[in-house]
Amino acid sequence: MFQLIWNGLFVGSFYALVALGYSMVYGIIKLLNFAHGDLYMLGSFIAFVVLGGLTGLFGIGSIPILLLVLLISMLLTGGIGVLIERVAYRPLRTSPRLAALITAVGVSFTIEYAVRQIFGASPKVFPVQLEGAPLDVLGARITLPQIVLMLVAAVLMFALQRYVMHSREGRAMRAIALDQKASLLMGVNVNRVISRTFFIGSALAGAAGVMAAAYYGTIDFLMGFVIGLKAFTAAVIGGIGNLYGAMLGGIVLGLLESFGTSWFGGQWRDVFAFGFLILFLVFRPTGLLGERVVERV
Amino acid sequence: MAKTIPRLQAPAPILERPPAVSGLLAPARFMKLVAALLFVGAAVLPFITATPYLISILTSAMIYIVLAMGLNVVVGYAGLLDLGYIAFMAVGAYTSGILTTQFGLSMLETIPFVVLACVVAGVIIGGPTLRLRSDYLAIVTLGFGEIIRITANNLQVTGGPSGIHGIPTWSFFGWSFADGLEIGGIQFTSKILFYYFVLFVGIGLAVVAVSRLGKGKLGRAWKSVRDDEDVSEAMGINGYKTKLMAYIIGAIWGGFAGTLMAGHLSAISPNSFEFLYSALVLMAVVLGGMGSTPGVILGALFVSLAPELLRDFSEWRFLLFGVLLVVTMVFRPKGIWPATAVLPFLKKREIPQVPPTEAVGVVGVEEDEEGKR
Repeated sequence: MFQLIWNGLFVGSFYALVALGYSMVYGIIKLLNFAHGDLYMLGSFIAFVVLGGLTGLFGIGSIPILLLVLLISMLLTGGIGVLIERVAYRPLRTSPRLAALITAVGVSFTIEYAVRQIFGASPKVFPVQLEGAPLDVLGARITLPQIVLMLVAAVLMFALQRYVMHSREGRAMRAIALDQKASLLMGVNVNRVISRTFFIGSALAGAAGVMAAAYYGTIDFLMGFVIGLKAFTAAVIGGIGNLYGAMLGGIVLGLLESFGTSWFGGQWRDVFAFGFLILFLVFRPTGLLGERVVERV
Repeated sequence: MAKTIPRLQAPAPILERPPAVSGLLAPARFMKLVAALLFVGAAVLPFITATPYLISILTSAMIYIVLAMGLNVVVGYAGLLDLGYIAFMAVGAYTSGILTTQFGLSMLETIPFVVLACVVAGVIIGGPTLRLRSDYLAIVTLGFGEIIRITANNLQVTGGPSGIHGIPTWSFFGWSFADGLEIGGIQFTSKILFYYFVLFVGIGLAVVAVSRLGKGKLGRAWKSVRDDEDVSEAMGINGYKTKLMAYIIGAIWGGFAGTLMAGHLSAISPNSFEFLYSALVLMAVVLGGMGSTPGVILGALFVSLAPELLRDFSEWRFLLFGVLLVVTMVFRPKGIWPATAVLPFLKKREIPQVPPTEAVGVVGVEEDEEGKR
């Protein structure tokens, strides 16, 4: 029982990290960034390359080196996120929503198959796999790397919360989410803030990618697809566009999946999660923490 | 004595409606002629060259056209993004596959069940999500596609990961395509018979029906909801019902294409219904031109024949498709053949310039003494 809860919390913290980026981008420019899951995948591949170089320099990889790698790939995926926004999404900001959505699918496809062309279609073994002696807490097996990864996730989320809620830049983001035109009139540099949002969201996805790669040990070019869908589900469960909602949704989805797996068996895990997505959209489309949004004409 | 009420008069039209273009170069007539020629060409082709390879890829390409025309209703006409369209194909293919192999029905008898299954699936997915913003639909359909694939992968009745084998080809009242046919000394093999079947029933039905649907009352309602849902609701169109209709019709077409595919390949497995294939059909519609029949046909032919034509290039084609999708959306959002395009050498209806007049005449203005307004 406690094991299930722990597993759910652990997986949920990954979902929450990815869902945050999804939710932030959606909250600000109302675009579903389908490529978000692929940024998660990119993060793990960048870490794969960087780690390959670093372990050559410093010998065997350890947790401090992994944290350095985490930082590097966060910066790089963030940069790629900004680039994507600049090249693919900004030209379409005023066009119909369908066009932007299709572009997002195209971007996702491009990233996936570019990575496949570079690294090949077969899964890669991540050079570092975190293993540790399991501790026994209340009958659950908990390993040290799990605790470290959850701590990292918690620190990232806390930093994000401080940034969005208590800084000048965060205020600009929230202003744009409320009303883009009015914030432009008030002297907010809208383009720069949107770029920054993409940077942060993508960097968080990249971080989740690195952590998942280090924990599960294998990476492949399609690993971002399902996690992107799950992150969206998490964002919807929590209430899309809502920062706390994304975190809560991630944890809730992780717990649901963990229990669903033990009830129905692992092969039905994804069906269970997406079934929940549909149920939530039917009965509470605004999510747990979302407010009813009136669409303006 | 009865008082005469001044009769209200509609204002005179500012412009006379120009006469319709006539002759062979009138756009509508010309396109119909081209379509008929292509159709005859496709019908004559097996008499010229009938290698099994060619017939097979052409049959697949035509099934792709049926699929793309179905998605065109959803994406092109109604403006809803469906990212799990291949799931309906899976529903159709599995329904007819299971019914033929395990219940001994013929392909023709499975059609009502396929339609029913697709309508149910369409209502389950479309019903709740079409009330919400359109982007929710995109992601829910993505999830639906995965649900169908995983379910097919895990169930016993669908044959699990290895799928269903030995699906019979079409048969009518005891006579099957597999028996072959001999007319006037020419032997038609089962593959060629199936090719003709797809050509006449599949293409004929899909292309004609979808483009006519698009021009009819429902089609105009779809387009108006796509362009502005609020305004069309103000005009008395039920946006939700209209979108649901588009979604269900798209689902039926997808299921029909799935049935055709099951008959064509005689084996289906969950791997044929991955997200990749949904994206490929979407690309066919988007690259060709959303809502444009010739465009969608071109797009479907391009997407389905590209791996055959560009053999050395096939590794790169998904990357190329992804880039093309972004480039199309940024620089030519209406696709290679936009819905309103008219070939440059065709006659266009001349629309005279509106003369810069004063305001439009007001209804009911009384005439003055000279009989002028």
